[in-house]
Amino acid sequence: MTTNGIIQILIYLAVLTVLAKPLGIYMTRVYAGERTLLSFILGPVERLFYKVGRVDPEKEMTWRQYGVAMLMFSLVSGIAVYAIQRLQFFLPLNPQQLAAPSEHSSFNTAVSFMTNTNWQGYGGETTLSYLSQMLGLTVQNFVSAAVGMALAIAFIRGIARFQTDKLGNFWADLVRGTLYILLPLSFLIAVLLVSQGVVQNFKAYDTANLTDTFVVQVDKKDDDGNVVTDEAGENVKEDKTIDTQTIAQGPAASQIAIKQLGTNGGGFFNVNSAHPLENPTPLSNFLEMLLILLIPVAFTYTLGRMVRSQGHGWAVYGAMMFLLVVGIATAYIAESRGNPLYPANVDQAVVGGNYEGKEVRLGMANSVLWATATSAASNGSVNSMHDSYTPIGGLVPMTNILLGEVIFGGVGAGMYGILVMIVLTVFIAGLMVGRTPEYLGKKIEAYDVKMAMLYVLIFPLSILGFTAVSVLAPDFGLTSLNNQGAHGLSEILYAFTSGTGNNGSAFAGLNANTYWYNTTIGLSMLIGRFLMIIPMLAIAGNLAQKKVVPATLGTFPVNTVLFSVLLVSIVLIVGALTFFPVLSLSPILEHFQMYAGQTF
Amino acid sequence: MRDLITSFLMLLLFTISLGVIYPLAVWGVGQAFFPHQANGSLIRNAQGEVIGSELIGQNFTSPTYFQGRPSAAGNGYDAGASSGSNLGPTSEKLIDRVKGDSEARAAENPGTAIPADLVTTSGSGLDPHISPASADFQVARIAKERGIPERELRDMVSRYSEDRTLGLLGEPRVNVLMLNLELDRRFGRPVK
Repeated sequence: MTTNGIIQILIYLAVLTVLAKPLGIYMTRVYAGERTLLSFILGPVERLFYKVGRVDPEKEMTWRQYGVAMLMFSLVSGIAVYAIQRLQFFLPLNPQQLAAPSEHSSFNTAVSFMTNTNWQGYGGETTLSYLSQMLGLTVQNFVSAAVGMALAIAFIRGIARFQTDKLGNFWADLVRGTLYILLPLSFLIAVLLVSQGVVQNFKAYDTANLTDTFVVQVDKKDDDGNVVTDEAGENVKEDKTIDTQTIAQGPAASQIAIKQLGTNGGGFFNVNSAHPLENPTPLSNFLEMLLILLIPVAFTYTLGRMVRSQGHGWAVYGAMMFLLVVGIATAYIAESRGNPLYPANVDQAVVGGNYEGKEVRLGMANSVLWATATSAASNGSVNSMHDSYTPIGGLVPMTNILLGEVIFGGVGAGMYGILVMIVLTVFIAGLMVGRTPEYLGKKIEAYDVKMAMLYVLIFPLSILGFTAVSVLAPDFGLTSLNNQGAHGLSEILYAFTSGTGNNGSAFAGLNANTYWYNTTIGLSMLIGRFLMIIPMLAIAGNLAQKKVVPATLGTFPVNTVLFSVLLVSIVLIVGALTFFPVLSLSPILEHFQMYAGQTF
Repeated sequence: MRDLITSFLMLLLFTISLGVIYPLAVWGVGQAFFPHQANGSLIRNAQGEVIGSELIGQNFTSPTYFQGRPSAAGNGYDAGASSGSNLGPTSEKLIDRVKGDSEARAAENPGTAIPADLVTTSGSGLDPHISPASADFQVARIAKERGIPERELRDMVSRYSEDRTLGLLGEPRVNVLMLNLELDRRFGRPVK
């Protein structure tokens, strides 16, 4: 840990906090349909959407109608992304003439982007054409984020309103969030990113003549292009001089801005924001990192404003910020200690610690800060390789997702996630004092708690279930592993955690581009998104119908430090009870093995 | 059914506005104001041929050049197939590789600790930078191979070292490709 590193982290947290209020107010106005600064340009566009879609934005929906509209839109989105990929070989804007990805890979990617997960089963520059990236992925980056935000707003309306069964109009929320919030911010940041060196073009990949050529051993091939083998069946090797470098290009900046802002995280290039053309400078890194948590943090302010209790918004912010800081500190300390298995004459302190998989221009502090932020939110973009983190360093992003991504969380998804946790918190607080629990003037009853429990239980069922099956299957589960021992379990666990949590980051050593993993991770993403949204919307619909219960002396106040502490405890207890056993077999075990000098 | 039609029409409009107009707008502004950056920050030689990108590392293996970090991208610094090693901290492959690389490094500059970035792969496999400490570590070897004074090399390294942005963000670093191109300009390109 260095002083400069700590200062960089504090600057980041301070800028986020300062921006929460103005953006939070702006978001409140946008979703209320009020006029904003941008209305004079975007107003006509917004009305065009309603006209073409034949929607009356004033007509509000019940929770069921809202949910059905959301499901239909997601279904159509998923089919569109699948079709674009499968047809990319005869669609235009494919200068590298990439073939269509396999059915299971296309299914995985389609589900991944429609659910705002953006798990990268595909390889970016080696798999998808420019057209697929733009029409398929960029569009879903926007709308899947806008869907999440719309759902969070609907939930907050459910809390803020009394004696109604209406939660707002899905189409209006979708269009407004996209046009007024995501689009202008993305455009601004995309241009700034281009100024830093992020590419934005439609040309074929460049070829550079190398200053210093080098020789590598490659498989020898005969005239028909088949690999030549010797008597023992081993591939025959031959020397090949490498004298050129292919430099991937493409319309990257426009996609990167929104993949950060919409907590999507699916990279334009294979290695995501570790790629120098995706994240070339410390400034581009700061901007991209800021976008990860910008909207989720602002949502806490929006919550306070919409339920007319700004203190409650800040109490939620406080609980989340506390967990975020604990995560950053843990990862930073663990990574700074370096890898004890390296030879003694390797100076790890000079670069700040465990440097495998990290970039020099970004350094240790920015790597751990990004890793913590991207997993706290459901972003999943990376600027360093989580697979190569020390066990405790890698435990932090995994734990962040396992806690349900409620540490600010995904755009919208984090907000409705924490609201479910809040329902549980006030319920347990009520039990402790023997009173009917209340939340912002509403009685929390059996139905709400049942739905909240359903939300909490679906999550581990998907993660642990799929992980268990994969671990027990040597021929299709374990063959994908890049690492053995406890770290292998971490790779599989992380994959399903990331899928179900709709995060999208990976312990990328696992070769997930197989029939089994593409399909099951795809399923886990669907479960983690839609099966969890339904109970959440049901709670919102039920809350909206309740009558006001006037606050009394016995009401548990939700705008105090005590509430924040209790909320943190509930989040930690639910997470720990569910996942401690499996974590103790993966990163925690590996930590002790590493210090005992054991390798695999 | 009504929702399905609305979904389709909405997605169509979103695809036009977000999938076509938005990337084209960023492209237009980028090409107009930052054409060099938007096209990959390419470096060209006197003949106009592309010889690299300022932002992408290259695999320097000759002892006469500053060498970058080990790379897991393709055959080494393959900027058409970026990749990290993704080896976990207790992986035997990783530890063996680090041991092998550090022994080779120790031979060229005995008695000096090896900065860790010289024996670890980057996240992208394309890291254009090394730490100033790693550049210093290689000065003695290059001075000997090229027969030039160490002092001149050190001056060059410090001129090519970039500090943190605004003195705060990121880490101090040296761009290996730019440094090596300068090396060739000043002292001639070595024959292989």
